[in-house]
Amino acid sequence: MTFINYASREINCKIVYYGPGLCGKTTNLQHIYDSTAPQAKGKLISLATETDRTLFFDFMPLELGTVRGFKTRFHLYTVPGQVYYDASRKLILKGVDGVVFVADSQEERMDANIESLYNLEENLQTQGYNLMDIPYVLQLNKRDLPNVVPPDELAAELLRKGEPVFEATASQGVGVFDTLKAVAKQVLTELRKG
Amino acid sequence: MAETPVVIHEHQFLKLKSVLARTCAECAARVVLLVDRDGHPLAFHGDIAGLDTTSFSSLAAGNVAATTSMAKLIGEDVFPAVVHEGERESIFINVIGRSLLVVVFDERSTISLVKLRTKKASFEVGALLDEVARDSELQRQSENSFFAEITDDDIDSLFS
Repeated sequence: MTFINYASREINCKIVYYGPGLCGKTTNLQHIYDSTAPQAKGKLISLATETDRTLFFDFMPLELGTVRGFKTRFHLYTVPGQVYYDASRKLILKGVDGVVFVADSQEERMDANIESLYNLEENLQTQGYNLMDIPYVLQLNKRDLPNVVPPDELAAELLRKGEPVFEATASQGVGVFDTLKAVAKQVLTELRKG
Repeated sequence: MAETPVVIHEHQFLKLKSVLARTCAECAARVVLLVDRDGHPLAFHGDIAGLDTTSFSSLAAGNVAATTSMAKLIGEDVFPAVVHEGERESIFINVIGRSLLVVVFDERSTISLVKLRTKKASFEVGALLDEVARDSELQRQSENSFFAEITDDDIDSLFS
C-alpha cells in the first residue's frame, strides 16, 4: 500500500521480488545496493540462514528522486524461495504495490518457476490482490548459463498478461535496473490513476 | 491499485507527532515510532541517534507479522502487544489496527509504565489513523487528486 506524506513530502511504495529458490532475488537486491549512491539507499537487511539462504526476507529502501516535490522511496523486499517457507511469503506480500517475478532460465528449473508462479498467484489472492491488476514485471535471470531455455519458450510458459519481460544476469548486474525501472514506473503510473 | 494509497496531510501528521511526543515523555522512553504493518515508517519522536528508523520499521512489521501468524496457529487472533527485553534497551510494540506503536526504552523506564502510558495513546493514534483512512478514500474518489497531475515526463525523469 502506497503511503503519501504531505508533511515530509514523501511517497513510499513496496516492491516484492518473488521466484523459486536460488533464482537470484537476493542477487538483484545486492546489485542494486552495490550500484546505488550511499545517499539514495538505506541498509540492506538480510534475514538469512547460516548458509545465506533467505529465511524471512531481504529488505532495502531506495530513493529514486523527486516527483513534483515529493521524494519517492521504494522499499524493496525479497521472499524466501524454498517451498516450505510459504507462510513467510504470504506475510511479505501484504501491502505490496508491485511485484517482480524472477525466473531461473535453466531448463531443470522450469517446473520450479511454474510452481512458484502459481504460488504467487495463489498468495496474492489470499491477500486480496489479483496478479492481473497489480504492477508486475517478469525477469528471465541467469541468461549467462549454458543450459538455458530460449526466452520465447520461457515467456510462453510464464507470461500472464503481456507484462514487460527482461533478460538478466543479476550476478553481473545485467537487466537488474531495467527490471526495477519497469516495475517502479508501473507503480507510479497506477498512483497517478488513483 | 489494489488498495487505496494512504495520504497523510500535514495537520494529521502534526497531531500524530504530538501524541508521540507526549507518549515519549510520559513513558520516559528513548524514542517512540509509529509504523504501518507493511513496514512503512509513519512518524517518530525522540532520540534516534544511530537508529536506522527505516530498517527498524521494516523489521518491527516483520516481527509483528510473524508473531500474529504464530498467534493464529495456537488459536489466538492476534498478540496485541509484543515485548523484547534487552540488558539495557527494550522494545514494546502495541498493535493498533493496521499500525504499530513502537516504544524503545532503557533502564530509566519500566515495561509496566510503558504499557500503562501507551494505552491512551493507542486510542488517540487509532482515531487519527481512522480519520487518515477516511480522508484517503475521499481523496482517491476526488478527480482533483494532486497525483493525477503527474505526467509521463515526471516519471521518466526519475530514471534519466
